[in-house]
Amino acid sequence: MKPKQIKDHTGILSSIFAIILGLIVGLIILFLCNPEQALPGFATILSGAFTHGAKGIGQVFYYATPIILTGLSVGFAFKTGLFNIGTPGQFIIGGFGAVYVGILWTSLGPVHWIVALAASVILGALWGLVPGILKAYYNVNEVIASIMMNYIGMYLVNWITKSYKPLFNNLRNESKNVANTANIPKMGLDKIFPGSSVNGGIIIAILVVILIWVILNKTTFGYELKAVGFNRDASKYAGINEKKSIILSMVIAGAIAGLAGGLLFLAGTGKHIEIKDVLPSEGFTGISVALLGLNNPIGVLFSGIFIAYLTAGGFYLQLFEFSTEIIDIIVAVIIYFSAFALMVKIIMSKFVGQKNGKTDETGKGGTKS
Amino acid sequence: MDYIIEMLHITKEFPGIIANDDITLQLKKGEIHALLGENGAGKSTLMSVLFGLYQPEKGSIRVRGNEEKITGPLDANALGIGMVHQHFKLVENFTVLQNIVLGMETTRRGFLKMDDARKKVMELSEKYKLFVDPDALISDITVGMQQRVEILKMLYRDNEIMIFDEPTAVLTPQEIDELMQIMRDLVKEGKSILFITHKLNEIKAVADRCSVLRRGKYIGTVDVADTTREEMSEMMVGRKVNLTISKKASEPGEVVLEVKNLSVEAKREGQTKKLVHDVSFQVRRGEIVCIAGIDGNGQTELVHAITGISDPSSGTVTINGEDMTKKSIRYKNTHGLSHIPEDRHKHGLVLEYNLAYNLVLQQYFDKEFQSGTFLKNDQIYDYAQKLIENYDIRSSEGAFTTTRSMSGGNQQKAIVAREISKGPDILLAVQPTRGLDVGAIEYIHNQLVKQRDAGAAILLVSLELDEVMNLSDRILVMFEGGIVADLDPENITVQELGLYMAGAKKEGGTL
Repeated sequence: MKPKQIKDHTGILSSIFAIILGLIVGLIILFLCNPEQALPGFATILSGAFTHGAKGIGQVFYYATPIILTGLSVGFAFKTGLFNIGTPGQFIIGGFGAVYVGILWTSLGPVHWIVALAASVILGALWGLVPGILKAYYNVNEVIASIMMNYIGMYLVNWITKSYKPLFNNLRNESKNVANTANIPKMGLDKIFPGSSVNGGIIIAILVVILIWVILNKTTFGYELKAVGFNRDASKYAGINEKKSIILSMVIAGAIAGLAGGLLFLAGTGKHIEIKDVLPSEGFTGISVALLGLNNPIGVLFSGIFIAYLTAGGFYLQLFEFSTEIIDIIVAVIIYFSAFALMVKIIMSKFVGQKNGKTDETGKGGTKS
Repeated sequence: MDYIIEMLHITKEFPGIIANDDITLQLKKGEIHALLGENGAGKSTLMSVLFGLYQPEKGSIRVRGNEEKITGPLDANALGIGMVHQHFKLVENFTVLQNIVLGMETTRRGFLKMDDARKKVMELSEKYKLFVDPDALISDITVGMQQRVEILKMLYRDNEIMIFDEPTAVLTPQEIDELMQIMRDLVKEGKSILFITHKLNEIKAVADRCSVLRRGKYIGTVDVADTTREEMSEMMVGRKVNLTISKKASEPGEVVLEVKNLSVEAKREGQTKKLVHDVSFQVRRGEIVCIAGIDGNGQTELVHAITGISDPSSGTVTINGEDMTKKSIRYKNTHGLSHIPEDRHKHGLVLEYNLAYNLVLQQYFDKEFQSGTFLKNDQIYDYAQKLIENYDIRSSEGAFTTTRSMSGGNQQKAIVAREISKGPDILLAVQPTRGLDVGAIEYIHNQLVKQRDAGAAILLVSLELDEVMNLSDRILVMFEGGIVADLDPENITVQELGLYMAGAKKEGGTL
């Protein structure tokens, strides 16, 4: 007889619970700001993304593309025991690689956008490689190393963009437009969602999500990466090259975040690298996306779309004279509550316990390790 | 004589399991009372009930004759009940004194006032011969000393009832003897001690009475003086247990493992320290060679140098005639070496992985479990199922159980199953029975003997003298990084072995 695996849905339930709590807090804030407009404002958050029908949905996918990938980058690293807080740096350096190729290598023709994306992947990977090597060989905490890489990446991109004439549009203090051939093809999505900014990027993002899910769950490579993440000593004992695993984890995480940057700046929507001393928000949003998606690739896909959906709806809040920052507060509260998974578990088990006529807390009797 | 604590007819249920089923435990004033039971017998649950962490469904607790309702550790503390946990509850970067007063600091106008506390701690330390330096940092003192700090904590709080939860699991033989003496002194001063253990020798040495639990049920209470070890182990396990291992004389074959002039150095603060010093020995097919010694004499470093977890500074390791000193861990693991590691949580298991994934930790890359780069999950779970049945590994969800939730004994069985089923030429077993109960120890010993009889060479590293004497065909004694004796267990007494281990006796001649 083969025992069946018992599925545990607490994780998903806790995310949903967090979302509901976050929305309630958002509603309360709306009430505090302007009680009369609170309910219509709240309805806008929930349905605003659909205001323009298919175009609105297309916009959601467009917003979701980069944050799905930065979320995937954080989630993937987390599954392998690393906290990749370097997504902003990897994102901007990847975006820079794409823009550089997109502006300068105009002779490539139809593969131009692919080469540009490859550049973003390679540069992002490089930005993950450095903290990876430091972690593997010198046990430097990857959080510190990748925060440093964030600033190196941001200022380096600013400096090169500003000082290299062919890249710089000095009227608008940002990078020039990329060549048309470097823009990501629409892949038919413009027909489904007419008038929106959506492009093939979302399809690429979904493919990468699936690829990472397969690597983590189905391959020996993923088995090794996760084993090293869970227990570096036991992995070494089992003959896994744990240094290589750590470096590869960071490289892949960096590559994904770099791709996110490439996809955003090649979207053909007038996004340019602006010369400002602020880390790109898509990078840090990735941490929220990963937390809400429980670091699971598929979870990250949905949480990325969800956060993009709220953001899209949030734009319309201005109609009711609310500021769009309320959306950021709601997202922050959601992330805050999703950290309470344990609390949810206890509440859930109490609820289940009462249904069964028992009020016991769940626990294990007498087992000791 | 009065009972100081009575736990009467305690029943505590968890969903799906009755952890304590009508258990009665009565502790007399001024006695050392042992609580004996296998892992999972319900000892910890019973203690959690006493400390108010769990509320029992049935039963009552009386302290000094009065029925008490204990709702938390603070209640227990107020009643004078204190406990030394198996894993100490100390703040590593605090001093001894700071740890002792933690939670009941004396202050004056909001500032700490340690003088009185220091005086009281010093007096207690002297009275019970604990010899603890109050200003040493916890992270700098030995495990044995840390335990004394825990004892001082109870004394400082004027606890009269002291519970020791498997206190000897982490101690060296010398420290165990000293602890026993401290316990006797404590009882002499009128304290009452509840001693949780599954080591029969220690019960014999120090306890007055012994209560036995088995699978959540109360089996009985006996006077230790009138009961043999065999009788107690039968009460605990529920069947007759062979405390001595029956095995044939060994028939050593060709050499499998040869270690030559192996040294391990550690550089710390600019100084080079030799942890393993010029060690040479051989292990042949069909023999169990045991490395005996007190913990910290270089055994861990020697094993790590052989397996490749850390590099030796000089010397060679040869397996099956092939020099493997510089080979990778993976190469050694796939060329005849199996290793049951000392620390099953640190090295032996990936605790977050389920049982099946842990059972293939050394083999997931085999053709059997991998096609292309993909894991063959069906084969992995089938294989795991086979090992679970063959080696009787018990867990709540079979192959899908997260190993963290398994009991220590079953975790160890899983490691043993994994390492043995590779069919090793040389099996390195480092303290394979550490922290396990009699039933599991018997099982693992039998497995080792079976492997030997099947022609494997076995290198056993053990701190338990009984295990060394019972199991080995040859004993190498390690002291301060070197091998000081090569002995035949037939011609040596435990006392002599102890002298070699303590470095008081050395063997001349070649090794």
